[in-house]
Amino acid sequence: MESCAQTKKYAAKDYKSDLKPIWCPGCGDYTVLNAITRALAELALPPEEVAVVSGIGCSSRIPAYTSVYGFHGVHGRALPVATGLKLARPELTVLVTGGDGDGFSIGGNHFLHACRRNVDLTYIVMDNQVYGMTKGQASPTTAPDWEGSKLTPEGTGINPFQPLVVGLASGANFVARVSSSDPVNMAKIIVEAIRHPGFSLVQVLSPCVTFRPEQAEWRDIVRTAVVDVTDDAARAARRLMTDDGFNVGKVLYKGSRPPFRPEFENTNGSVAELEARFAL
Amino acid sequence: MLKQTEGSRAVAEAVAMCRPEVICAYPISPQTHIVEALGEMVKDGTLSPCEFINVESEFAAMSVAIGSSAAGARSYTATASQGLLFMAEAVYNASGLGLPIVMTVANRAIGAPINIWNDHSDALSQRDSGWLQLFAETNQEALDLHIQAFRLAEELSLPVMVCMDGFILTHAYERVDMPTQAQVDAYLPKYVPRQMLDPGEPVSIGAMVGPEAFMEVRYLAHAKQMEALELIPSYAAEFKSVFGRDSGGLTHTYRTEDAETIIVAMGSVLGTIKDVIDEMREEGHKIGVLGITLFRPFPLARVRESLQGAKRVVVLEKSMAVGLGGILSTNVRMALSGLHMHGYTVIAGLGGRAITKKSLHGLFRQAEQDALEPLTFLDLDWNMVNKQLEREKAHRRSGPVAENLLRDVGVVAARNY
Repeated sequence: MESCAQTKKYAAKDYKSDLKPIWCPGCGDYTVLNAITRALAELALPPEEVAVVSGIGCSSRIPAYTSVYGFHGVHGRALPVATGLKLARPELTVLVTGGDGDGFSIGGNHFLHACRRNVDLTYIVMDNQVYGMTKGQASPTTAPDWEGSKLTPEGTGINPFQPLVVGLASGANFVARVSSSDPVNMAKIIVEAIRHPGFSLVQVLSPCVTFRPEQAEWRDIVRTAVVDVTDDAARAARRLMTDDGFNVGKVLYKGSRPPFRPEFENTNGSVAELEARFAL
Repeated sequence: MLKQTEGSRAVAEAVAMCRPEVICAYPISPQTHIVEALGEMVKDGTLSPCEFINVESEFAAMSVAIGSSAAGARSYTATASQGLLFMAEAVYNASGLGLPIVMTVANRAIGAPINIWNDHSDALSQRDSGWLQLFAETNQEALDLHIQAFRLAEELSLPVMVCMDGFILTHAYERVDMPTQAQVDAYLPKYVPRQMLDPGEPVSIGAMVGPEAFMEVRYLAHAKQMEALELIPSYAAEFKSVFGRDSGGLTHTYRTEDAETIIVAMGSVLGTIKDVIDEMREEGHKIGVLGITLFRPFPLARVRESLQGAKRVVVLEKSMAVGLGGILSTNVRMALSGLHMHGYTVIAGLGGRAITKKSLHGLFRQAEQDALEPLTFLDLDWNMVNKQLEREKAHRRSGPVAENLLRDVGVVAARNY
């Protein structure tokens, strides 16, 4: 990010494409798009130095709505695609956007290993506890007693996935939870997430007003977390495991693990010297 | 009982009457309505006992079905498109292990580019997976084929895929004759597994096999599948005696008796083709159609017998073997080995492009004149294609093809580069 000290100023609209989002009116993802573009403007990143990668789902449409490099992949594979992109082009700022279904069920395995690998990516998950694009089925973060889907006739009956706790346990280097009802603060946290080296995980409570209309109440339920950021993953995880999921608006954890980066070294020495280095 | 209902709902009700014990569900269009309807039936108790499990991916859906089938439970799932591709490893595993799972595939194109509309690319990508593959022409046939599929799967101890055109059938409301539970019970015996995990008689399933026996195991998979060619006609005949209608079987011919030109196709497009054939017959054209109901195993002898009197065969398919031409047509050609006749492959309707009567009239007339290219793409917009080819010639970094073409047709705003 150091190289981004640009003289040119950017506005949020510079990062938006001409495409009009086709999300439902009232969808939380609108403000996430706004917050992302605001954050990029704040960082004054030239659009051609940013890439947004996604999988499949309502929130995975974000790449099309931005003017930066976009990649819309297959369901659940955003993180490995972004990993490949970042390794090949480490100078790019790479964001990954998607939903709870894409990221934590069909793509759950990649989530674990992306946290472990700690590549310098910012993963923004719009969590609405439902599959919206296929019209309202339970996702990994859905409460066990939600009976709104015919695919879970008596509710899922199983514990919701706790993305931030699992992220911490797996090695994510930055963890935050925000609400789509506060795009200004969300933008600030996305700026921090992008600046922080390694794998940054931002969970956005982003209501689905169509298939989870009760989530419209989230804007009244969410409260600013009272705790301050910690560098102790266990402490952050304990806090998250004991809260009700509505403490938002703060960075909860910042780690200091160095990000994964393949080391390239110039071979200045002679063949004989190299042989000597690798001699058994 | 006659009923006006959605294709997905009709299939779900038929599946429920087959008394599946485990259903695995993961949402993907255009299949979701089927498993949603089954979920409702589990909830209201019409389908009981049945374990209905909402899983984390299609890979999990097929894997759970493998587990439950290995435990001796009648197991069902449904998917489409990307979902079928994602579960492909487990699809092969299910057939290799000889587990009689029944799966609906609501046929949809596969990406990239992403497309949710109908063609047969998904199911045909699994043509060599060892599953039996049935293709429904109508919603009536789709629901009937599911009842036959369980019988067939369990007799052969092989999995069966019932393919129905996404949206065109799955989302269409039309009249179907719903069987009664008593009819289905009379037709479909209780499932008695040929192999199962049973503590009373312990076995393990999933051995590693080296060169000493691998080919023999694979040959037996082929030989086993070929048995379906004998079984299916008798099951279809028995179906007729219980349910009172013709459904299933290997193939269906329509007005082929004295036909000089025979069209070959699968799925719902057969309806449109028959309408065109009726109109052309009125004008004296000697034309008919062969509908393929069973794609795997491929009924080579029946296809040969049905086509050998024709002067030309036009295979119209909603799939493509990139770098070769057709998939269905390659199979048909194998059936026609040694016969001298004109053969045409027509790729049509990919990604949901409408196959209209008007286009078919033109196409079939061209075929009658033997004026068709051996490989024809129906209603292809050559301007669009050529524009992109020129772009690629002019600039090495000509950009992603799909995005370029969308810009050309004005779906997304033009940009200046």
